[in-house]
Amino acid sequence: MSATVGTGWEVVIGLEVHAQLLTRSKMFCGCPAAFGAAPNSRTCPVCQGMPGVLPVVNRRAIELAIRTALAFDCRVNEACRFARKHYYYPDMPKNFQISQYEEPLAEEGVLEIDAEGASRPIGIQRLHLEEDVGKLVHEGTLETARASLVDYNRSGVPLMETVSKPDLRSPEEAAAYLKSFRAVLVYLGVCDGNMEEGSLRCDANVSLRPRGATELGTKVEIKNLNSFRNVQHALEFEVTRQRRALEAGERVAQETRLWDADRALTRSMRSKEFAHDYRYFPEPDLVPLTIARAWVEEIRAGLPELPRRRRQRFVAQHGLPPYDAEVLTQSRALADYFEAAVREFPQPKTVSNWVMSELLRVLPADDERAIQGAPITPARLGGLLALIEDGTISGKIAKDVFEKMFRTGDDARAIVAREGLTQVADEGALAAIVDQVMARNPKAIEDYKKGKTAAAKALVGQVMKATGGKANPGIVNRLLEEKLSKT
Amino acid sequence: MISRDDVVQVARLARLELSEAELERMRRQLDGILAYIDQLKALDVAGVEPTSHAVPLTNVMREDEAAPCWPQEEMLANAPDRAGELFRVPRIIED
Amino acid sequence: MTGLTIHELGAAYRRGETTPTQVVAAYLARIERLDARVGAYLTVTREAALRAAAAADARHRAGTPLGPLDGVPLAVKDVLCTRGVRTTCGSKILERFVPPYDATAVERLAAAGAVLLGKTNMDEFAMGSSTEHSAFRPTKNPWDLARVPGGSSGGSAAAVAGDLAAGAFGTDTGGSVRQPAAFCGVVGLKPTYGRVSRYGLVAFASSLDQIGPLGQDVRDAALLLGAVAGHDPRDATSVDAPVPDYAAALDGGVRGLRVGVPREYFIEGMDPEVGRAVREAVETLRGLGATVEDVSLPTTDYGIAVYYVIAPAEASSNLARYDGVKYGLRVGGAKDLIEMSSRTRAAGFGAEVKRRIMLGTYALSAGYHDAYYGRAQKVRTLVRRDFARAFERVDLLVGPTTPNVAFRLGEKEDPLAMYLNDVFTVPTSLAGLPAVSVRCGFSAAGLPIGLQLIGRAFDEPTILRAAHAYERATSWLARRPSLA
Ligand SMILES: [Mg+2]
Ligand SMILES: [Zn+2]
Repeated sequence: MSATVGTGWEVVIGLEVHAQLLTRSKMFCGCPAAFGAAPNSRTCPVCQGMPGVLPVVNRRAIELAIRTALAFDCRVNEACRFARKHYYYPDMPKNFQISQYEEPLAEEGVLEIDAEGASRPIGIQRLHLEEDVGKLVHEGTLETARASLVDYNRSGVPLMETVSKPDLRSPEEAAAYLKSFRAVLVYLGVCDGNMEEGSLRCDANVSLRPRGATELGTKVEIKNLNSFRNVQHALEFEVTRQRRALEAGERVAQETRLWDADRALTRSMRSKEFAHDYRYFPEPDLVPLTIARAWVEEIRAGLPELPRRRRQRFVAQHGLPPYDAEVLTQSRALADYFEAAVREFPQPKTVSNWVMSELLRVLPADDERAIQGAPITPARLGGLLALIEDGTISGKIAKDVFEKMFRTGDDARAIVAREGLTQVADEGALAAIVDQVMARNPKAIEDYKKGKTAAAKALVGQVMKATGGKANPGIVNRLLEEKLSKT
Repeated sequence: MISRDDVVQVARLARLELSEAELERMRRQLDGILAYIDQLKALDVAGVEPTSHAVPLTNVMREDEAAPCWPQEEMLANAPDRAGELFRVPRIIED
Repeated sequence: MTGLTIHELGAAYRRGETTPTQVVAAYLARIERLDARVGAYLTVTREAALRAAAAADARHRAGTPLGPLDGVPLAVKDVLCTRGVRTTCGSKILERFVPPYDATAVERLAAAGAVLLGKTNMDEFAMGSSTEHSAFRPTKNPWDLARVPGGSSGGSAAAVAGDLAAGAFGTDTGGSVRQPAAFCGVVGLKPTYGRVSRYGLVAFASSLDQIGPLGQDVRDAALLLGAVAGHDPRDATSVDAPVPDYAAALDGGVRGLRVGVPREYFIEGMDPEVGRAVREAVETLRGLGATVEDVSLPTTDYGIAVYYVIAPAEASSNLARYDGVKYGLRVGGAKDLIEMSSRTRAAGFGAEVKRRIMLGTYALSAGYHDAYYGRAQKVRTLVRRDFARAFERVDLLVGPTTPNVAFRLGEKEDPLAMYLNDVFTVPTSLAGLPAVSVRCGFSAAGLPIGLQLIGRAFDEPTILRAAHAYERATSWLARRPSLA
């Protein structure tokens, strides 16, 4: 439920998302862009901002940003340039960040979100490129530390900043925006979407205004929102805080606040009274870019189908319920997996059931690499389902086979053959077993005759047990029914 | 005219500690230089494109190839203070 | 053995009359004997120089020299990064900074076999026109030790004038190669912006900085330029265009060349001896067959004002990195990071650098950005247009390099008075054009006067050819300062 439902206030939220681009090298130097090496072992004079060094733009970073801009239907600007943004912070070696200001790469796009059962377009104001900063480690907490330590490995890693318009109207919508945003980026292969590792970082601007007002209220910026949950919780907290203040006749201060997940509250970082004066000017060490239309069209031609469109197609083409379509399009790898399996076994709903209940029990839906490397390939899943279809194994046995396939990487048919799991459908053999079971359970037969139909189920269970689960349940049911009616 | 408060504010932005005497001297000198620069206001620059690069180049980019990193020790050698593999700085407070 | 030009040295090596080791040793001895008085060097790289000389000896002995600079002893301004050799930029803040890399220009000189004698003195971070703003000591003018050598590449100019190096490199942002070349009576060239890689040149004002050679004559300047010019993938502003053979382009004279003389380059308050010498030089060029015409560069007067917005603005940004965190000076005992950085910068930067950082920060700050930085960028466009218009009619421009000859140490205490010294060099920097200063006479007090030749973008060959023709037609080079 929205934190403001039933109140006279309207919530206005805009999100700024920084995404690390999946390039091999950094934005302006050749250092590797990947995480996870000894501190200051992935740096060079350029990304450490040493005297005399110069940046050179990574073409692939531009390309990935254009790819994203096209997916959001942004206008890709023909002329774009880098600018210097100045402020002092020790994680930023030059004490300015190379970013884009007056001429960003792209502007004016849209991202459709699904929130509270409806779909809504959220405007994207701009999309630009910049360099990441290093990492600070505090000896203690930021407040109590006597010193801090700096690792510049991350310095210079390419970041794409996307700023939404203030179109979001609730914390839920903000979370939904971030989810859709992430899905698009991961689909496009421009970002791994890992929020815990910081590949995707979110800041939010939030303000309240009386319902019906056209002017925006005083906005507060919230930093450090590193999960979907944090986005929603922080915004809920902040909306309540601002609403209480406004209702008490206080004014909301324009400031930057930090989300403290441990204490579940936002706290003031710095007030706008000491606002930064970024002193932007065009980066003299980099020349302007003129993005050729042909390049943009070439990138457009290589765009994959986006999650939203694919979800709609799964419903229309495969006849899946919307819930299934949503689950299956959580990542490109999963959606690809599903469609590949359907090509093998053209019963989409059955495939969907198996993917959702079995595959996603063992693999996370959004882990592209895990899904791509799943030991049960789509073809093998299709093979397994075909064995159920032709009666070779029961659905129940199939679940065991699935587990064995996952563990061993073997083909379903091989496991079934090796372990003798083929269903017993020989009526003569089954009739003999049914007779034995009936002879051993006179009490159950008695109960059945008194009208306890559940007793028949128990007998079926006994037959299945006696055959190691391999008896064809349909035949067993029929035989039992016949024999019980005769007694 | 540039005020003493302006100078204090600019010194804060520029991370420069100035003594009282330096502050006043700086104010006076900046004032003189800015008065000279103000002659630019006499020129009509309406519709004139700004120049930020003397030579009109565009689209200079590099391919996305990872080069070997520089030796960690070389990159830390000039550090005024360090803790092992990290640069050390005094307590950070927001300004 | 010292005092030969680079091309003479090359010939002497080829004929086996002397060896790089002998020449380098002679220069090192002369530096030891005289540099305490001149102050051209901040660091002398004696051992490395002798090692490089020995390697050059072997190549010459084997008859496989690397080119015209093989075994030639050179000095470079201490603003160019040298791997393993401290690079101070004339500043306390970088007093102990040892770069782990070479500037591209330094790398190319080494690849050409040149021998680095050491790093020369300069105005701190190249901000100044007298080399009095070095944090370590002033450099003196070899023609008169009571006078400044000009700046900011004063150490490099004095080294060449005083025979303390066969040739040298400086950097020019608003005249910092040409003005000291004029004051010291040597040849100094600022190439077209983008002609020489800036990689490893510690930035002062990135959109203006260029590395330029200082030599005893025009041929030396041409040889030095040829060794460092050319595209560098590490500098996105370096131009990917073929490098002409500058030395080969020297001959051919000026017959038929159209020479423009900018009216605005002869101003009131200018030293009349300078005006007279430059006008005589123009007549010499006319006598050699050039056609001469008056041209106008109406925005000349605004150049200094534009420059003192743009250069400090870029400098305030480029110098933000000196904060006591990663390299260079750190002042201890601070209670927090802001105090540490503010005190480090207060102690590490000199008065002129602080002034320009303040000026540049102000010009970029909210509320003033458009009035100062924005407007200056537009006037910069007008300055470029002036030159473009003039070059529709002429092939090169000729005028004085500076309004005056070398002044006395301490004479220009008012910062603005110092800035005005660059009135004839700054506009070319704003337009990114090449310009060379050559000796064109002496004042009554025996101080050299500089003639400036300005060319179209990337047309260094034409200004070098004209300068060479002028030099050959006159005998100014015969005179030398007497230090010993
Ligand atoms: Mg940003
Ligand atoms: Zn790097």
